[in-house]
Amino acid sequence: MSAAKSHLEVLPRSLQVLLVLGFIALAAFPFVGTDFYASMVARMMILAIFAMSLDLLQGVTGLVSLGHAAFFGIGGYMLSMVSSDSGAVSLWWTLPVALLASALFALVIGFFVVRTRGIYFIMVTMAFAQMLFYLVFDNKDLRVFGASLRLGGSDGMYINFKPDAGLFDLEDKKVFYFFTLACLVLVYAFLRRLLWSPFGRVLAGIRVNEHRMRALGYGTFGYKLAAFTLAGAVAGLAGYLWGAQTGFVNPELMGFHMSAHAIMMVILGGMGNFAGAIVGAFAFEYLLHLFKDLPDIGAFRAGKHWQLWMGLFIVLVVAFAPRGLLGVAERLLHRKGGGDA
Amino acid sequence: MDFSTFLLQLLNSVQYGLLLFMLAAGLTLIFGIMGVVNLAHGSFYMLGAYLAWWLTRSFGSLTLAIALGSVLAVAFGLLLERLLFRHFYHRDHLDQVLLTFGLIYVFEEARSIFWGDDVHGVSIPEALGASIPLTDNLSYPVYRLFMSGLCIVLAIGLYLLISKTRLGMKIRAGAFNHDMTEALGINIKRIHAIVFALGVGLATIAGMIAAPISSVYPNMGSQVLIMCFVVVVIGGIGSVRGALIAALLVGAVDTFGKVLLPQVAGMLVYILMAAVLLWKPEGLFKQ
Repeated sequence: MSAAKSHLEVLPRSLQVLLVLGFIALAAFPFVGTDFYASMVARMMILAIFAMSLDLLQGVTGLVSLGHAAFFGIGGYMLSMVSSDSGAVSLWWTLPVALLASALFALVIGFFVVRTRGIYFIMVTMAFAQMLFYLVFDNKDLRVFGASLRLGGSDGMYINFKPDAGLFDLEDKKVFYFFTLACLVLVYAFLRRLLWSPFGRVLAGIRVNEHRMRALGYGTFGYKLAAFTLAGAVAGLAGYLWGAQTGFVNPELMGFHMSAHAIMMVILGGMGNFAGAIVGAFAFEYLLHLFKDLPDIGAFRAGKHWQLWMGLFIVLVVAFAPRGLLGVAERLLHRKGGGDA
Repeated sequence: MDFSTFLLQLLNSVQYGLLLFMLAAGLTLIFGIMGVVNLAHGSFYMLGAYLAWWLTRSFGSLTLAIALGSVLAVAFGLLLERLLFRHFYHRDHLDQVLLTFGLIYVFEEARSIFWGDDVHGVSIPEALGASIPLTDNLSYPVYRLFMSGLCIVLAIGLYLLISKTRLGMKIRAGAFNHDMTEALGINIKRIHAIVFALGVGLATIAGMIAAPISSVYPNMGSQVLIMCFVVVVIGGIGSVRGALIAALLVGAVDTFGKVLLPQVAGMLVYILMAAVLLWKPEGLFKQ
């Protein structure tokens, strides 16, 4: 994968200002938008966290995973498995458990996949995600060492109560919104910090030239495995929030389409700087909403066939804007000064 | 498991494996020779199945439908290569993954608009509708034997084409060194178009002959695509021989798994793949 595309690792001042304005707009949104749109934006923020976790692999390290939704799904499923029908479970132990579980799965799967490269990596990550998909899809209950795990099979599972945070009430839509926003900001700050840490620099070095990094004495296997595990944990966080917000998990969360959507979000926004992943997630979800709401044209139900518009849109983006929206924005902002970020 | 059941499962597994081979061969050839990752390969399988149903309904004969469908599919493949894929040979894999993922959506919806979302059945032609007795209490449908036979004929044809003909020599040369082949005056663009059409043709024919036994349903493409990936990864990307062996292996593990270990059957082939990767990270027969 070429190095040229991660050209926005250092965000130009103008984009940083836009980003801060964006975060302020997000913080103000629940006070001006309707409940319907507030929950849509909350969903976008959750997907933005998911997209950022993939960007750590795809944009920073150069590992394109077509199975990243597996860890998103595991986060959601962990919440549904520890939830009870009679009352809320505590956020303070279920969230760490969900993060740990997705990190653990990512560690084990990563052990197999990070030794492959390029197209093999794409196919193998997809196949492992499919394996988990079928495990859940085919089993309503799974018996492991005598204990019975509730998985819900192809029907999925309901999560009747949002986790109990003690200090604040997540059942309140506004509180949940701000909790999600806080997670988004924290994850973004953490990943940005990581990008410029020695660890992040090694990952970026692996993207540009893995052989050279190895020749310099870095154990690239360990670094890639660590990145894969961390990305899995962050995706698990997004999945946990998704499960809590929608109150429902099903195998589709781990499916092939979910993984491909995440890739699309990262590409659409711009790779390798996490801000792009956020922008991409919002843009992608908004487009999805737009396409699904298209009016009928005569007898032709344009909204029902949203996949057609989405497909054509994806083809057009790949053909004409491979550097993503942030790349386009950067070009527009810097056209006058001719600045080269 | 008694002998009759074993024989039945064995025949089924070979038939499924050969069908997977038809699909995986196209996928692995297109990747090996053009370096294109085609996620939309499964859509051609779906297209084949729907064509078989649609043309059989219109003309009343599956044989005629297969003949006509193959021509249509190859023409479609050539057109698609010309208009779209040709411009993506030199882009990186990520772009190809996204492009072809977008195409999956386009094909799925086009299918939904033209042919609806219902599940359809295609009836087996009368001449192949019988069953032949194999043991005292087992008879096997002739149509499945016909499928296996056709796949074997096509596999041998593919082998002869690639290893014995002049065209095959050019194809192999193109896979080995693209620029050098072009410098020798071979029209590599035409070779690419032919290989692409060949891959599309094989996938479509697989879909058409599978239609009577698997029925015709909306998401049949993505299911089979993922199996193809497993086969190609196990066999080694670009290796047609590897694809054949891996397809038979996957067919056997899947078929026998459903009988012997139904609870984890869906996962078994992926476990097989993980095991192979642990042992040989680039597949059994890396080119």
